[in-house]
Amino acid sequence: MAVMFSGCNNSKSPNGNRGALASTAAEKVYVPPGEHDEFYAFFSGGYSGNLTVYGLPSGRMFKEIPVFSQFPTNGYGYSEETKPMLNTSHGFIPWDDLHHPDISQTNGKLDGRWIFVNGNNTPRIARIDLKTFETDEIIEVPNSAGNHSSSFVTENTEYVVAGTRFSVPVPQKDISIKEYKGNFKGALSFIEVAPETGRMNLKFQIMMPGFDYDLSHPGRGKSHGWFFFTTYNTEEANTLLEVNASQNDKDFIAAVNWKKIEEYINNGGGTKMPAEYAHNVYDHSTHSAKSTIKKEVLTVDPTKVPGAVFLLPTPKSPHGCDVDPTGKYIIGNGKLSADLTIHSFDKMIAAIEAEKFDGNAYGIPILKFEDVLAGQVKSGGLGPLHTEFDGKGNAYTTFFISSELVKWNVETREVIDRQPNYYSVGHVMIPGGNSAAPFGKYAVAMNKITKDRYLPTGPELEHSAQLFDISGEKMELLLDFPTHGEPHYAAGIPAEILAPKSQKIYRLEDNKHEFAALGGDETRVERNGNEVHVYMSMIRSHFTPDNIEGIRVGDKVYFHITNHEQDFDVPHGFAMIGANNAELLIMPGQTRTLVWEPEQVGVWPFYCTDFCSALHQEMQGYVRVSPANSDIKLSWSLGE
Amino acid sequence: MSTIEKTMLLLFGILLTACGGTPEKKEKFTYERTKTEKKVEAEDQVAEDKAAKDITDLDNKGVGPVKNVALGAGVDQAMARAGKELFKSKCMLCHKPDKKFIGPAPQGVLDRRSPEWVMNMILNPEVMVKEDPIAKQLLMDYNGSPMANQGLTEEEARKILEYFRTL
Repeated sequence: MAVMFSGCNNSKSPNGNRGALASTAAEKVYVPPGEHDEFYAFFSGGYSGNLTVYGLPSGRMFKEIPVFSQFPTNGYGYSEETKPMLNTSHGFIPWDDLHHPDISQTNGKLDGRWIFVNGNNTPRIARIDLKTFETDEIIEVPNSAGNHSSSFVTENTEYVVAGTRFSVPVPQKDISIKEYKGNFKGALSFIEVAPETGRMNLKFQIMMPGFDYDLSHPGRGKSHGWFFFTTYNTEEANTLLEVNASQNDKDFIAAVNWKKIEEYINNGGGTKMPAEYAHNVYDHSTHSAKSTIKKEVLTVDPTKVPGAVFLLPTPKSPHGCDVDPTGKYIIGNGKLSADLTIHSFDKMIAAIEAEKFDGNAYGIPILKFEDVLAGQVKSGGLGPLHTEFDGKGNAYTTFFISSELVKWNVETREVIDRQPNYYSVGHVMIPGGNSAAPFGKYAVAMNKITKDRYLPTGPELEHSAQLFDISGEKMELLLDFPTHGEPHYAAGIPAEILAPKSQKIYRLEDNKHEFAALGGDETRVERNGNEVHVYMSMIRSHFTPDNIEGIRVGDKVYFHITNHEQDFDVPHGFAMIGANNAELLIMPGQTRTLVWEPEQVGVWPFYCTDFCSALHQEMQGYVRVSPANSDIKLSWSLGE
Repeated sequence: MSTIEKTMLLLFGILLTACGGTPEKKEKFTYERTKTEKKVEAEDQVAEDKAAKDITDLDNKGVGPVKNVALGAGVDQAMARAGKELFKSKCMLCHKPDKKFIGPAPQGVLDRRSPEWVMNMILNPEVMVKEDPIAKQLLMDYNGSPMANQGLTEEEARKILEYFRTL
């Protein structure tokens, strides 16, 4: 009897195994008020250019992290400190299409230090710090277009890769598009990551034939040192790809031995070529980003490095490219094929050693399909896309056309279960599913079509994610929840890895911002020609100064504002009437700068946008703007 | 002001307006405003009788991590200097050393409060304004403007306390 009671109590205890005894889906996703989710999940925002953070199993959204897009919510990309983050060789690009997040790894396991994401449109890779949940660094990828097979990390985060989806002329030049075939190149970029700081450096680019490189995954375990990229359009078509890039029965997975190329480079191999690309780094002590334009890149001709690159035939227009946690199998899903193709790493190595090649493409050896094939899953589904793993020997593959998630055994390749999705599933995510050690409790399907699942909101709906419990033999649908933008892939990690390291404030004494007003007595206003610099501070519930006079029409007013709070979750906002950019949201201990160019004479208010005390409304001030030729003296005050 | 007085004032105002002339109109508003201010001052007087600044309670140690502070016979000058720097960067946006600002002046605070109370107010303001009667009253005296928790360590708060002894 006692055992029974304690069993029941356990099921209700806040930290108990709620799922074990729960009988309904609602209980399994219910996180009571004041309690925390078990996993963080980071969803790519697709066309929002941002990364969104959710809790699992609740499906509650915690944060939207701006990465490649300007974000009025906190002034990212509008403030002077963050504008350099969006600099590129094409100038200031305030948007991108953010695709695949991947969490840093040590020994093949998630270490939760950083998360990498790719900008698909203007090729970029960003690194987000998982202590502050802020974008720390963005590097542009030259000689690329459509940075899609990206941004996946090797098992010790030695490299993050960026493979080009579109092949382009390298270097870019004015030639007829009809001359595509044989003249365009596909760059596979390897960006090294400094182990301590995470700082990124574009180490080399492999100049591949002009195919489209779609997705990629690192080898692990025995295949560590290799990277695998799916291709489509091995036809090298340049028009009506819908038809013309679907002619070949098989395309390829390109297997790249990056350790071999690294060795070649370290011995002086490769060709330096001129290239222009931006490298933007945010510094948490100056609270400012700096953009540097780099001028050179090291390129590698794969035919010059024997044994480094091979092509594995894979049916048909493969999209997803996934390596199982043991590193033994490489799964290529032909999106126009009904079957899943599983290549064997061991067989691939054996075929390479035996030199059993079936011709070459632009000098790169092609292996025989039968020689590398481990087997196929005859699923009967349509449009297989992406596969994740549960760490218990099972794989979960999404089928876009037949809208289903299929569970199958990696070794036997038998289908165990299939569950319908609503509707048209793209990626699937299992926390740690792209690592050697997945946390196989939940799978999230990221659906492309949402109609009929929620109340209608006009023609446009948020995309729907679906949470499955995968702890049992059969998958169980637990929850639908909306995701922002158009997620392509996600990355999940146990909360206990990230939450204890989460940063609460920026320490004022560590604030090295050039324009910070760190003591109350450092607040002031200075004129330099038509530039006016306001060194302002804020604390509940006032600005210092709150009255400023002597500003003239035509001035460029820089509000440098330091938040003097040293308390968790007390940001302050700053909004200036008529400022043609955004507001600022300034974290405790942080300095941010907003530029305002007043065009009208008058007395204009500014105020705080973030409610922090009963005197929130009183957190305000005025700027007097006089005519351009006025001789009103610059003055400022508080409490006078 | 009684209803009769108000009515009379209103009539007087209308009369003046009727006679025309902007200056008179201005006078009317000035007059009314002066009266209102006087009234507020009178109410303030009553409130001030209860104000926390007039309360002296050296036995109340406040609520928070600090249970016992031993003050040296003389002021530790090095400590006080460090405290002054901390005060400048973390506190001065709301406190001026010698006069009331957003919050009260620390000058003379140790004549009215125990050192433990002062340190607990610095280290634990959220709880103090909920549970300590003097802190509660202070919050009201200062228009509900909350004391920010500046995340100081006990050691830093102790230095600031030493600085207060020099004021």
